[in-house]
Amino acid sequence: MYKILKKQVLSGVIKLMDVHAPHVAKKAKAGQFVIVRIDDRGERIPLTIADFDRDAGSITIIFQEVGKSTMQLGRIEPGGELSSFAGPLGHPTEIKKYGSVVCVGGGVGVAPIYPIARSLKEAGNRVISIIGARSKDLLFWEEKMRAVSDELIVCTDDGSHGRKTLVTEPLKEVLADKDKNVARVWAIGPAIMMKFVSLATRPYQVPTTVSLNTIMIDGTGMCGGCRVLLDDGARFVCVDGPEFDAHKVNWESLLSRLQFYRKEEQLAVEQWRHTCRLEGVSGEGGK
Amino acid sequence: MAELTQKERLKIKRHEMPNQDPRERRGNYDEVALGYSEATAREEAERCLQCKDPKCVQGCPVGVLIPQFIKALREGDMVKAVEWMKVKNNLPAICGRVCPQETQCEGNCILGKKGEPVAIGRLERFVGDFELAGRTCPLAKAPATGKKVAVVGSGPAGLTCAVDLGRGGHTVTLFESLHGPGGVLVYGIPEFRLPKSVVHGEINYAVECLGIDIKVDHVIGRTFTLDDLLEEYDAVFLGTGAGLPSFMRIPGINLNGVMSANEFLTRVNLMKGYLFPRYDTPVKVGKKVAVIGAGNVAMDSVRCNLRLQALEAAKTGTNSGEVHMVYRRSREEVPARAEEVHHAEEEGVIFDFLTNPLEILGGEKGAVRGMRCIRMKLGEPDKSGRRSPIPIEGSEFEMEVDTVVMALGTSPNPLVFVEAEGLERTKHGTAVADTETGRTKKPRVWAGGDVVTGAATVISAMGAGKRAAADIHKFLKGETTW
Repeated sequence: MYKILKKQVLSGVIKLMDVHAPHVAKKAKAGQFVIVRIDDRGERIPLTIADFDRDAGSITIIFQEVGKSTMQLGRIEPGGELSSFAGPLGHPTEIKKYGSVVCVGGGVGVAPIYPIARSLKEAGNRVISIIGARSKDLLFWEEKMRAVSDELIVCTDDGSHGRKTLVTEPLKEVLADKDKNVARVWAIGPAIMMKFVSLATRPYQVPTTVSLNTIMIDGTGMCGGCRVLLDDGARFVCVDGPEFDAHKVNWESLLSRLQFYRKEEQLAVEQWRHTCRLEGVSGEGGK
Repeated sequence: MAELTQKERLKIKRHEMPNQDPRERRGNYDEVALGYSEATAREEAERCLQCKDPKCVQGCPVGVLIPQFIKALREGDMVKAVEWMKVKNNLPAICGRVCPQETQCEGNCILGKKGEPVAIGRLERFVGDFELAGRTCPLAKAPATGKKVAVVGSGPAGLTCAVDLGRGGHTVTLFESLHGPGGVLVYGIPEFRLPKSVVHGEINYAVECLGIDIKVDHVIGRTFTLDDLLEEYDAVFLGTGAGLPSFMRIPGINLNGVMSANEFLTRVNLMKGYLFPRYDTPVKVGKKVAVIGAGNVAMDSVRCNLRLQALEAAKTGTNSGEVHMVYRRSREEVPARAEEVHHAEEEGVIFDFLTNPLEILGGEKGAVRGMRCIRMKLGEPDKSGRRSPIPIEGSEFEMEVDTVVMALGTSPNPLVFVEAEGLERTKHGTAVADTETGRTKKPRVWAGGDVVTGAATVISAMGAGKRAAADIHKFLKGETTW
């Protein structure tokens, strides 16, 4: 069992947890992920590592309550325990000095982009970060991102904070600015955002890395459920990724695979809300 | 019972295994084979001729002392039967259920020459189940040696190796990447063939008796590397199996509804997808399912699908649907155990022999709507000795399906080879290891089971785990050097 050391509500449905898992913290690097299982009936949830503390033996995870499992996870308080916590999984981000780099984080994707931006900064890169969310209350870690970036652009879809635009707009401006001379782009966020980032950087031929969060069971290469089509064949996100060259990803296939269990996901959420009502508590925490 | 003459023994007919009725069992996940009663087991045991030179033992990869345990069983001395069994086999309730006895012990039984062999597997299961319920013979641990061994993977090979080393007095830590021990016994083999309570019972029993430490959620290659383990342990055994699924190289494999047998079986068995939403992991129930392949994993996939359909039909009051097994060769070449094929047939699978998929066809929302296939005929025998399938020109046709499960074999997971310099691999991705001792090319590292042989049987993996444990024991005792 893995104890939850700390919990923080970053916005209504986005939560942060520090989990005691020294075996994972010891090896964790930016770009990797963990598999979390809440209890004996729980599914195996892949979550990107948002931060780690080797001395405290803890891993920071950040998740958005979108389905039954994440809603349930959001209700657990510090001192509570998780059944499984396996990792670190996947390849770490290849950190080196590239020159000028752009880190794009959308929604809950700000969490995993943070350790990458920090590592890139530490490696001597000039880091331009662009973070965005649907609205101000869904945005978090602005100050943390500012601290590891040479330049930070903030935007929201509804204009409630920062620029009223999608992250792809400032990205295009940065790419078009010859002085900035962008060598590489990282983007983590909803699949649709990563697709449009990929389309934005393609004309500039700037190498672009995305971190994919597909449907997964074991996370160790065993089920193949996470496979993604690249232009030269299928790969497993869990062991070949989770980072891939955005320009090689078949986005249509990826987006359609993400929808495959939509009906079951909705059913699970309905059942969960029903159970919560019977227990007289709110299914979604923080509200 | 008075001692029978050999002639009288020969007259006793082999006892059928009582099974759940096929119509019943299609609608549940309960075990199909119900097990012998004590009376039946003792009567079956009376059939054994107690050969002076028992061929059955030679057919067993772990060399179970078969005549001895059968003799004790028929004399009614169950404790003695368990003792004989546990000399060579630590997990009889598992082996009695999943070993291909027809090609091993029973295949060698002298009675099989003219009639039917002694039902050794069923007797083994009877003894194993007796012991799980009664725990008469706790595994004894030799005086502590002070040596530490890491066993990577808690499937058949790792478990066997860990138990034997534990008995030898070594301190054993068993690493498992998933959230519970058992490996393929848990994620692969379905409940109705091998109840998980049996697997957990066998594991818990051994672990408690021998003080084996199980570390789940540890992915070797990521959480620790092999070199990390070598720093802390005197010896390392790799029993990581063959968990990496293969997909056909045809168009359409990434459509929604195409999955590996590993994914399908893991959803159903390990994650209990058939109990969704009581359990969190869903599994799709196809109306027209095609399972490609004809090995034991394909049979398991077929039979799980049949049950899912029946359960769904009972819930919604609709027709249950169809499950096809698509195989490019003919019935004669089917690699699955005859008993599995028979059970699948009883439960209603549709066999499409001499049929090979060329393309998986997509429809709405990137979902599978069918398969373009071609009919095959058999040509000359290939390297494996089986007649090789040849496409029949112009015989292409479309098959309407909504789910495709690929059961085409698996290869070793490459993660364990990360930062493991000196651990040699073949071009098939398997670890290079001595078949007798299990020694790899990397000092103090042994390997056995599917990670060395590629996908094979539970019992052959147990045999390899056992042989490696013997060599590790000698090495740790200083009786051999590396």
